[in-house]
Amino acid sequence: MAQSIQETQEELIEEFGLFDDWADKYEYLIDLGKKLPNLSEAFKTEENVIKGCQSRVWLHAEKQGDQIVFEADSEAVIVKGMISMLIRVLSHHTAEEIMQADLYFIDQIGMSQHLAQTRSNGLLSMVKQMKNYALAFSAK
Amino acid sequence: MTLDISKIRADFPVLDQQVNGSPLVYFDNAATTQKPKSVIDALSHYYASDNANIHRGIHALAERATTAFELTRTKIKEFINAPSSDQIILTAGTTGSINLVAQTFGRANFSKGDKILISNLEHHSNIVPWQMIAEEKGAIIEVIPVDERGVLDLNAYRNLLDASVKLVAVNHVSNAIGTINPIAEMIQLAHAHGAKVMIDGAQSIAHLDIDVQALDIDFFAFSAHKLFGPTGVGVLYGKRELLESMPPYQGGGEMIKEVSFEGTTYNELPYKFEAGTPNIADVIALSAAIDYVNALSKEALFTQELALLAYATEQLSTIPGLRIIGTAPDKIAVISFVIEGIHPQDLGVLLDKFGIAIRTGHHCVQPLMKRFGLPGTCRASFAFYNTFEEIDLFVKALRRSINMLQ
Repeated sequence: MAQSIQETQEELIEEFGLFDDWADKYEYLIDLGKKLPNLSEAFKTEENVIKGCQSRVWLHAEKQGDQIVFEADSEAVIVKGMISMLIRVLSHHTAEEIMQADLYFIDQIGMSQHLAQTRSNGLLSMVKQMKNYALAFSAK
Repeated sequence: MTLDISKIRADFPVLDQQVNGSPLVYFDNAATTQKPKSVIDALSHYYASDNANIHRGIHALAERATTAFELTRTKIKEFINAPSSDQIILTAGTTGSINLVAQTFGRANFSKGDKILISNLEHHSNIVPWQMIAEEKGAIIEVIPVDERGVLDLNAYRNLLDASVKLVAVNHVSNAIGTINPIAEMIQLAHAHGAKVMIDGAQSIAHLDIDVQALDIDFFAFSAHKLFGPTGVGVLYGKRELLESMPPYQGGGEMIKEVSFEGTTYNELPYKFEAGTPNIADVIALSAAIDYVNALSKEALFTQELALLAYATEQLSTIPGLRIIGTAPDKIAVISFVIEGIHPQDLGVLLDKFGIAIRTGHHCVQPLMKRFGLPGTCRASFAFYNTFEEIDLFVKALRRSINMLQ
């Protein structure tokens, strides 16, 4: 049994707790972004683009058994680092779990500025889109 | 006249603050400029002492508010050397002014097959209003191309001009890359073909001398907030015969002479185009912004900005992989750039952590970005209150950010 959404969030909060300053935190985030595998070109379609981001972000979701698996990519590496965390927290969970997830870790690790509703930061649209996929899959 | 920059900076309260633990470096002046204390004080003074609706009341407050409001109109007239105050229409911004012309002049004058010339440098707000009216009227939009430096191709412009061109709508200065367009020559050429010209002055008003009569401009638009004034106020200047022949824009109070259920007669200029209670407080505060710029002299301010531009261009050129987008010989103090292998958004996020405010993205000029084959750029735009030390901080932070990202 994989760990729960809450357990992964706690894990991330602990990891980020190790950093003293913002630069270390962002270097880690950049590293996460660089390590996230690139999305296969076949999934980098216009349909998979998340609107409202300054950089292009693609999100692909599919159902494996009763779980939803996310893959995503971005042109911007910091955004990709964020995506990497979101995937780690939400991927491989049921639609129900994803829809109900309260992503408090973003605030706790000091990244809530990236949730701001400005057009430059697409994290909010990304979370919304992941939940939309969950909703769509649960309706099927 | 030499400017005392530290004294000037003290006039702008917002500049004196820390962002993310570092002193704020504000290099996003092409998006909006900061406001001197005199503008902020004028706003609060109006609400604290003079607040009243204008033009109709006969009480003391209404009279004070009306006088102050109309005084701004006079100051704008002088600032751009318009022949008369009633040719100064107050709007909500440059976008509002352009839409007004599109929906009135355009509605009355465009017909099927007529051409509207815009340029590849235009901001979306000088593209979309024309597309909307063109679609409605069956008019055609044609685009003046730009070269690799971001300079308009005047030969192509000459070739595009013919009797079917009803309007040329171009910006005086490009918001994304800073190019100063040769509008005097462009206006002459347009007039020789019987076309009218609308100049989007959003990016020039704070930096270049504007003389609408000497330039023979038909319509000129700008926003107060890019001239160290408040947001929510724009200006439309138009030639009298054009403004008079144009139908009204929005209907409502203030723009009427007499209303009955059988029909309505419209007010005179400029009120014909100013339906409803205007943005009184912000218009009044714009007066203080104009006074501020006049007291220092626009020419002295621009000289300071060009010195900043030269220094920043030189410093940025030492960064490996950095490419400046927009290398026109005539530019205002705007530098757009990209760095090989790095997305502009990543740089914007990290520079913000260093307290540095620049703009990243497409700058509302997607067709221009497409022209250069870029999804976006980083843009640093300077104002006279910026310093050489700030450029040093910016370049240092930029090097550090690039290291983090590579």
